[in-house]
Amino acid sequence: MIPTKQEFYQALEERHGADNQRKFSDATVAICGLGGLGSNIAICLARAGIGKLILIDFDDVDVTNLHRQQYKASQVGLPKCQALKENLLEINPYISIECHNTKVTEDNVYTLIEDADIVCEAFDKAWCKSMLVNAVLEGFKDKPIIAGSGMAGFGSANDIATRKVSGRLYISGDGVSDVNDGIGLVASRVMVCAAHEAHMVLRFLMGCETP
Amino acid sequence: MVFINGTEQELKGKSVEEVITAMNYDKRTIAVELNEEIVSKADYINTILKDDDVLEVVSFVGGG
Repeated sequence: MIPTKQEFYQALEERHGADNQRKFSDATVAICGLGGLGSNIAICLARAGIGKLILIDFDDVDVTNLHRQQYKASQVGLPKCQALKENLLEINPYISIECHNTKVTEDNVYTLIEDADIVCEAFDKAWCKSMLVNAVLEGFKDKPIIAGSGMAGFGSANDIATRKVSGRLYISGDGVSDVNDGIGLVASRVMVCAAHEAHMVLRFLMGCETP
Repeated sequence: MVFINGTEQELKGKSVEEVITAMNYDKRTIAVELNEEIVSKADYINTILKDDDVLEVVSFVGGG
């Protein structure tokens, strides 16, 4: 039987404390890219009781995604934002989700993320990461962005860390392991990086600006 | 002296563009912050470094 909204949030308050839960429930987080990083970030934040997620990805679920992304085999072929929304609502029926089945460009980025308190960068391509980080830091005065860089391969998970570059820019990853170097990609290591990004979101909302 | 990614270097008087080029960064895949403020890519060429400036260049790699 699905818990009532009150039961759901009471359980979260018991975990987080009422004060922290209020901060999480009041927050809106934009997740740009819903692949290995983004879908895992979304799951963490939905479970933590973030009030609203803005999910942005133009892609459909593919069989090759199932290896690390939070989609089900039955969802192959569906738009990622639609499939992820379904999965998130099964976990947290009371979360608010805004979906954009679209590619983020320099022309639409500001409109897509303007309501977010925090932005999580979860794209695949390095130039897209650069575009988003530059756009958020140039276009907004207060919005922090947490980006992912370096999570490929089977190297030690202990090499993945979150670094605060400046007041509003955080980078999670090992900084060097590029998926294009042919070193492979595996759910466990990608999830470590995604959890780093999600954890930094929660810490930031609690007022801890250090990783 | 200018701090670039935590290391002191003699870069006073150089533009951000010159530094990025000299260090073989790919402009398409980076973000540059000078004294904790983002430098727009269009401004790399006219942003001239001064003594005690702190430059952070983040070079993104693919995957996500």
